[in-house]
Amino acid sequence: MEGMSTIVKKVTQLMAGLIFMFGIYIILHGHLTPGGGFAGGVLIAGAFILLILAFGSSSLKLKKEVTGSSNTESIGILMVVILALMAMLFGAKVFFFNFLPKGEAGELLSAGVIPLYNIFIGIEVAGAILTIFLALVIFKEESSK
Amino acid sequence: MTVYLLCFALFLVGLYGLITRRNLIKIIISKSITEFSIFLILVLIGYIDKGLAPIVDPGTSQQIYVDPLPQAMVLTAIVIGLATTAMLMAIAIRLYRKYKTFDIREIKNLRG
Amino acid sequence: MELTISIILVFMIIGSIFALHAKDLLSAIINMGFVGFGVVICFLLLKAPDLAMVQIVIETVTLVVMVAVVLDSSRKEIEVSFNRRSLLNMAVGFLAFACLFYFFMKAIENLDPLGMHSLRMADSYVNGAVEKTGSINLVTGVLFDFRAYDTMGEAVILYTAALGTLTLLRIKGKK
Repeated sequence: MEGMSTIVKKVTQLMAGLIFMFGIYIILHGHLTPGGGFAGGVLIAGAFILLILAFGSSSLKLKKEVTGSSNTESIGILMVVILALMAMLFGAKVFFFNFLPKGEAGELLSAGVIPLYNIFIGIEVAGAILTIFLALVIFKEESSK
Repeated sequence: MTVYLLCFALFLVGLYGLITRRNLIKIIISKSITEFSIFLILVLIGYIDKGLAPIVDPGTSQQIYVDPLPQAMVLTAIVIGLATTAMLMAIAIRLYRKYKTFDIREIKNLRG
Repeated sequence: MELTISIILVFMIIGSIFALHAKDLLSAIINMGFVGFGVVICFLLLKAPDLAMVQIVIETVTLVVMVAVVLDSSRKEIEVSFNRRSLLNMAVGFLAFACLFYFFMKAIENLDPLGMHSLRMADSYVNGAVEKTGSINLVTGVLFDFRAYDTMGEAVILYTAALGTLTLLRIKGKK
């Protein structure tokens, strides 16, 4: 499919970077403000979907894009499981134990292992939603040739 | 109590659409409407009057907070709803390419 | 609070009835988007900002995907005929809905009115959650520390859905 008009392309060039940075901010401050892994992850996926819709799928190298996003989501969920298994080595012998030191409440580096969970779940959710959208775009491209 | 009854009425509208409509896209829309009513019932049960949003302000004394447990469950349920809707749309695209219609009575014949 | 949410719910019911009886599939999808954004307003009134953020973006992504699929395929709605058989169907449907309604009334008669303490676990999760988990966002603390298994299950469901969509929409390759 082809892209949209010039105004949409210019506004998207300005906004997509800001939405991406806002998504990263929501993920990193997940234990201090409302948000967390899921909200930030879908925001990052939304920034990429905006870019694809505005510039058209003819400006992407499509097969490479799907491989990149599905590798990203696989790495994300693998790191979540590895982080949960590492908790069985330290401290109590419990899956998903909060083993890093909890600083004082209200700082950015606090709450033990929760910020790391937020980051990896955010990567996983962004990759999954992008893969779903790219699968639909590729199907439309391939079947209209 | 009327709020719970209205949520249940929304659930019944979704169930009616799920049973009686013949178009595949309308079946998917009705399933989504059913899920929205369930989200609202869960969050309504956990609401406490004059309670604050569940972000603790460090340094203040005891305040009343809204119950965070139904909110965590509804967060999980929203993402699961997206996953099932995406898979249903993929099935609908495939069915349209093969049978050239969205009518479920034509699709049921399993010819092939 | 109860009056405001009741008015929004009445609008959502009217919108969803209109979505099911629309003659054009595109207007049905737009009405579903209206119901979804009504849910966002209700979440904000019920002091749940986390859920409102997630629901807005997911509703937008769902609308984009559905409009793309419908504009690529047919947009018209199939005619429904009205004969004696459908009258019997409607009578059975009313009976089933009356049974469901009776059971629902039985289920909520022990519930406190909106705004009172209903759940016993609320106090034990809120008191001492900041010391036990270390995070001041209680929903994140519950989601990633007290109930981490549910979060892992949800991540696995999303991963499986992405994998399943990729498998369903695969064109046969070259031989």
